[in-house]
Amino acid sequence: MLELGLFYIAASVALISTILSVTRYNATHALIYLIISLLGSAIIFYLVGAPFAAALEILIYAGAIMVLFVFVIMMLNLGASGDNQEHRWLQPGMWILPSMLCLVLLGEITYILSTGNHALAGNVVGPKAVGIELFGPYVLAVEIASMLLLAGLVGAYQLGRRYMVDVREDDDLEKEADADADRDVEGDAV
Amino acid sequence: MTEAVVIPMEHGLLLAAILFSIGLGGVMVRRNIILILMSLEIMLNACALAFVVAGARWAEADGQIMFMLVLTIAAAEVAVGLGLLLQVHRRFGTLDIDRANRMRG
Repeated sequence: MLELGLFYIAASVALISTILSVTRYNATHALIYLIISLLGSAIIFYLVGAPFAAALEILIYAGAIMVLFVFVIMMLNLGASGDNQEHRWLQPGMWILPSMLCLVLLGEITYILSTGNHALAGNVVGPKAVGIELFGPYVLAVEIASMLLLAGLVGAYQLGRRYMVDVREDDDLEKEADADADRDVEGDAV
Repeated sequence: MTEAVVIPMEHGLLLAAILFSIGLGGVMVRRNIILILMSLEIMLNACALAFVVAGARWAEADGQIMFMLVLTIAAAEVAVGLGLLLQVHRRFGTLDIDRANRMRG
């Protein structure tokens, strides 16, 4: 019965943090709650006997994909007002609820790890079984996934490159202006 | 050795459905592009949850393989979506998606 209790607690945490994430006014707070929701999902994956999926959920979803969001949010806030804005966003008070939700999940994972093998021994599908299936009958899916990732890579490069080129051109113009100013100053000195 | 308690699949699927609905509501209600992308992530995650729970019901690996494909889709989608977001931000100076409601031509 304990697994059931753990499942319902993790499910509640995931639900609460998802609702909070969708209803936040500012993107950083929404991102924090979204990460907690993903951590809750990872615990659910572990409890239903998919430890590999749980690890991937944390590594790729909560790690890599959310970091992309953080990068973009922080990138769009560059400039003079950015620091002030971040200061306003990250008030000490707003950490309380995410920390509490995280602590619930931490308690669960501590409990699971400390009680040893009480995870569902019968139903666990480990990484080995997944790998055998993945590179056996599903090898075509791997190829399709690789093509999809290539398309994503090319698309992101193409879209992001124009952004970066424009930013760099602005920088170059500024540098040229600075150089002209320096030259004028030198000319005056001479 | 006690009998392993199996988490009922229906409850897992119900959770996935609720999470999907929240994400769908977010996509429809929010007007900030970053939050729309996050809601899309919630929806994809709910799909992945449904796959894993259903796969675990019969102790098969197929659910986890579909989970990995969903992960791939999410990664590609976020990369392209954030690239588009940067373009919108550069062109309109805002992340409000209602500002980008005109088609050319």
